[in-house]
Amino acid sequence: MNKHIEIKVCTGTGGIAAGGLEVLERFQTCIEQAGLKAKTLTGCLTHRVGCRGLCARDVLVDVIIDDQKFTYQYIKPDMVERIVEEHIINGNPVSEWLVTEDYLSFYNKQQKVVLAMCGEIDPEDIESYISHQGYRAIEKVIKGMSPEEVIDEIKRSGLRGRGGAGFPTGLKWEMARNAPGDEKYIICNADEGDPGAFMDRAVIEGNPHAVIEGMLIGGYAIGAKRGYVYIRAEYPLAVERLKKAIEQARHKGYLGERIFGTDFGFDIKIKLGAGAFVCGEETALIASIEGKRGMPRAKPPFPVQKGLFGKPTVINNVETLANIPSIIIKGADWFASFGTEKSKGTKIFALTGKVKNTGLIEVPLGITLREIIYEIGGGIEGDRRLKAVQTGGPSGGCIPASMIDIPVDYESLARAGSIMGSGGMIILDETDCMVNVAKYFLQFTQSESCGKCVPCRIGTKRLLEILERITSGRGKEEDLKKLEKLSNDIKASSLCGLGQTAPNPVLSTLQYFRDEYEAHIFEKRCPAGVCRDLLTYTILEEFCKGCGMCLKVCPSGAIIGEKKKPHKIIPEVCIKCGACFEVCKFKAIKRG
Amino acid sequence: MEDKLETIYKRFKENEGNLISILQDIQEEFGYLPEKAIYWFSEQLDVPPAMFYGIATFYSQFYLKPRGKNVITVCSGTACHVKGSEKLINSAIKELELPEDSNTTEDGLFTFEKVNCVGACSIAPVVIINKKVFGKMSAEKLVKELREIKKNE
Repeated sequence: MNKHIEIKVCTGTGGIAAGGLEVLERFQTCIEQAGLKAKTLTGCLTHRVGCRGLCARDVLVDVIIDDQKFTYQYIKPDMVERIVEEHIINGNPVSEWLVTEDYLSFYNKQQKVVLAMCGEIDPEDIESYISHQGYRAIEKVIKGMSPEEVIDEIKRSGLRGRGGAGFPTGLKWEMARNAPGDEKYIICNADEGDPGAFMDRAVIEGNPHAVIEGMLIGGYAIGAKRGYVYIRAEYPLAVERLKKAIEQARHKGYLGERIFGTDFGFDIKIKLGAGAFVCGEETALIASIEGKRGMPRAKPPFPVQKGLFGKPTVINNVETLANIPSIIIKGADWFASFGTEKSKGTKIFALTGKVKNTGLIEVPLGITLREIIYEIGGGIEGDRRLKAVQTGGPSGGCIPASMIDIPVDYESLARAGSIMGSGGMIILDETDCMVNVAKYFLQFTQSESCGKCVPCRIGTKRLLEILERITSGRGKEEDLKKLEKLSNDIKASSLCGLGQTAPNPVLSTLQYFRDEYEAHIFEKRCPAGVCRDLLTYTILEEFCKGCGMCLKVCPSGAIIGEKKKPHKIIPEVCIKCGACFEVCKFKAIKRG
Repeated sequence: MEDKLETIYKRFKENEGNLISILQDIQEEFGYLPEKAIYWFSEQLDVPPAMFYGIATFYSQFYLKPRGKNVITVCSGTACHVKGSEKLINSAIKELELPEDSNTTEDGLFTFEKVNCVGACSIAPVVIINKKVFGKMSAEKLVKELREIKKNE
């Protein structure tokens, strides 16, 4: 009796960091060795698969025997032998390593459209994609739809750009189609620069062909023969898988001349980003592909009129493009059945920060933040109190815990002072200082500002200086007003999206967490205990057992005391690193 | 050096390259952007060296000085930041005894850098040591890894 056995090992960046490749290799050798003994193992398949979301529990392994699927979590190479022996050969799953119930609750509220195949198919094998209806959408389009019909279908689906701003994709395509000119381009923006976001990386690592197929359909619709993928060099695995996928697609005839025997020809080139956040802005990205400094220019003309090499150009985000094939196959109505009236479909978020289940999630738009944090995310780490949700990265804002019942859609997030953004969602708890968070983002935008326009170049620098002053205890009363005025000026007068949104983290924290700013300025106190200059460490004599742990870890020699007697911190020598606070088992060190 | 530059030049012609791709190729070959290479291309293409310099200093990926034998990268993306990447940065700087004006140690063994985000936020904080990704890093683990490398050098 030959059983059908399949083993799927997560080898996204998270999976590999946790040892995914070693686990895969171990499975292969264990099965090969065991195969000599047990005939049931011939024909056993081991696969690499892309990210399935819950990277915090990597390495995740699926063992599928006939149609029975078991998923293991936190698997290390030395655990493989036992799984092969007990589960695969003898048919008894190793119950203590299987995923627990809360693993399932991570998935219950999710709706996988773009990520449906991530974690199922082998991203390095085009046949695996084809066997899941891959390249059927482009076939349907080329053989039976006019470009106008394709655009109409996308328009009807209500798909909006997933890169952040939410511009209707069908409309963008139509504008490019109608722009005069024989030569047009489609660019896939995979320069995922928002810190705290990794949706695009996961999509390309897990299902690169969907992005290629989306570009093909877009190219057909707007009349482009060439596409570019502008991808971050910081994502080596995604780049490698995309390269492989493009080669395979060329080999199969899905890219190149005369696709499906028609006159339509299309090919894709990869351009590696060289590390500049501003290149997420469309005109800056175009300058970078042309080999120049990635600086934005004034719009109009918009890229759909005058883009790459001066030709009409559509720029779509990775996730937007990966949505296209399913819309074509399953129809606009199917896609529009997910989401809210103005925000259709699903959205991928990188759920990170102080939440229990960190990872990649895909949810129908309109879901509440509460559902995301407490049902999918499993609540806050260490059961601490939720303080805020940061969305939209450096261009977004912080939504306070009191507002987590708002639906996640483009309009509601904007009304709350944040933006949808590309999908970073960072959960902050009571131990996070909101002034520090604002300062963090300003450090980022200030150093990433390209310097072309004055409000952004100098304005962000001044904003940062004020925030640094406040967090170091030198804040003045008038600083709050200055922050507000300067923020609004920068928003109103900057050239591109980077500057226009850079003050958002400041404005939203000022709006919802003004009391924290005031505590820093008037009481010279950081309520969350983060801002170093405002902290003092003292030892509470009544709790100190004199164990000497703090003395040992103190890097500056600021702690003195005899063994078994209460110790003391010398304030002048203390560098406020907090090492003693963390190491004390008796809660004898007070931070305040 | 000349041979290698010729090869890069040929590739540039064949692949319709641009100034960025030339710089990326030079760096791939030499590990940084040697001044000589820039002048060589400047002459070949009749493009002023300042153009190259402008691009090289605009993007964070380019290095004008040779890098250390071991490259330690600490991610300072938002998720890593709220999970304590600052501590990792401080402990690495201390352990490596970096000079104030450079991110490479005097003996050339280590280069230390921060990057904006490596996109592995769910296993934050993240450190990359010689291209290997380490998730959920602590200051103690990082120092241990660094000492291990020092021992083997």
